[in-house]
Amino acid sequence: MFVKQMSVFVENTTGRLADITQILADHNIDLMASTIAEAVDYGILRCIVAEPEEAAKVLKAKGFSASVTEVLAVSLENKPGGFNQVLKVLADAGISVGYIYSTIKSQEGEAVIMIKVADPQKAVEVLQANGVKLLAMGDLV
Amino acid sequence: MIWNKEMECADRETMRALQLKKLQQTVKHGYDNVPHYQKAMDEVGVKPEDIKTLEDIQKIPFITKENLAENYPTGLFAKPMSEIIRIHASSGTTGKPKITGYTQNDLDMWGECVARGLTMAGADQNDIVQVAYGYGLFTGGLGAHIGAETIGATVIPMSSGNTQKQIMFLQDMKSTVLCCTPSYALTIAEGVKKAGLTPDDLHLKAGVFGAEPWTQGMRDSIEAGLGIRAHDIYGLSEVMGPGVSMSCEYNCGMHIQEDYFYVEIIDPDTLEVLPDGEKGELVITTLGKEGMPLIRYRTRDICYLMREKCECGRTTVRMSRVFGRTDDMLIIRGVNVFPSQVETVIAKFSELTMNYKLYVGREHNTDTFRLAVELAEGLEIQDIAFVEALRSRVEHELRDILGIGCDIKFLNEGTLPRSEGKAVRVEDTRKL
Repeated sequence: MFVKQMSVFVENTTGRLADITQILADHNIDLMASTIAEAVDYGILRCIVAEPEEAAKVLKAKGFSASVTEVLAVSLENKPGGFNQVLKVLADAGISVGYIYSTIKSQEGEAVIMIKVADPQKAVEVLQANGVKLLAMGDLV
Repeated sequence: MIWNKEMECADRETMRALQLKKLQQTVKHGYDNVPHYQKAMDEVGVKPEDIKTLEDIQKIPFITKENLAENYPTGLFAKPMSEIIRIHASSGTTGKPKITGYTQNDLDMWGECVARGLTMAGADQNDIVQVAYGYGLFTGGLGAHIGAETIGATVIPMSSGNTQKQIMFLQDMKSTVLCCTPSYALTIAEGVKKAGLTPDDLHLKAGVFGAEPWTQGMRDSIEAGLGIRAHDIYGLSEVMGPGVSMSCEYNCGMHIQEDYFYVEIIDPDTLEVLPDGEKGELVITTLGKEGMPLIRYRTRDICYLMREKCECGRTTVRMSRVFGRTDDMLIIRGVNVFPSQVETVIAKFSELTMNYKLYVGREHNTDTFRLAVELAEGLEIQDIAFVEALRSRVEHELRDILGIGCDIKFLNEGTLPRSEGKAVRVEDTRKL
């Protein structure tokens, strides 16, 4: 129950990010979620795209360092305490969270967040045991 | 194969006797025909007849790049223009180019020197030599050209640039030997890969690369990228051009054509002649060159000499690769830095490409020093911690080698401009 995330090294130059989105657009690759981890002179773009392997391939061909990894896609009930429930389950199980971001697409009545955790297998077990809905790639597209 | 066994494998006594005879002729030729040499020797009270041994050369003053500039354009020519049949020039340190002139004998000598080098690369009349050095005033193109013609190979005078066409000719003409600058060889190798080709699609067996300093790391990248054995060729346009020395198949330094060049290594500060094996500035005296003889020319290139026997059978003295040209030396925060030192560090990291540029500037009365380097293709970068760990490792390594800190900026592959000739590795914006 994982979704594939693509990570791309982006040097901090005006328009560099747009170069990436242009390449994705040119290849008709849908972008569903994204976030940037920023450092002083570069950043790491993390995103959920419809065809992560293909997207990484086309970006690599243009000289970008791109790679694919797995993250959890968690569906939250859109009400107070929804996010808390998920994080508490992970905390109680002693699973550390690397980073979190949410989708670009608006969802009726639910929010979808991406979570990178230290122990993905265990995270899936405890979240599912606690009734948290996890999404697969197909659920996002 | 050895092109000229008699000269390249001569015993020491025979070679020294020949060198002395040619040195005496050269000194007399210079003294009689070039006011600069006459004045410089008269000032220290030395006459051509005083040169009785090879070591007596040390009585003659050095000639420097500044002296070349003072004698611009043809003040050092020792033959009338009616006998000069070719001019070449290289960029001078003071803005004026360094002009050099060749007689027919000088061109023949050049052809002979490069022919010996190409033979070291395993080339003969059956080979197809693609010359991708620039043609023109720069000696690279026509130097490789004359050597390839001397051995009777098929020459393709491509000149530099137009990388796609270079690759098309490499494929279609089945070129077996490539001659160009090492940075352009890297650009061609990258182009081959980008075109979806592998070294197996080419017919190259050897490359003859020179005209800029390069490192073992760059050699490894070129050899792997083009599927060849890379040979190092050395020369300076004011001395002749490429072919003064070249590395054989054992890659253990460059064999100097001693019957045409007498070499010394000096301490650039004390000007003392150093023993073999000690690193210092290379000083060249041309033996038998007519158009523009150079006597004790300070090249500013830093290297050392080796006389141990080479497995190839040649007995000529070898010079190490050039560690840097004192001209290329940067003084940053009071510390001497050669771009080649930085390159050696970059080569240690598989995460980095050999495409880099150094930026030197000045802020708040302190020198700034920054390295921009491209990340290798296919690098799997997940997070900032990975990049920062890499940065920290590169920084440490650079500090170990250079003795000063350097800011590092990582770039995506393909961001820096590609070299088609001599790579521009340094941008120094300090106004001092």
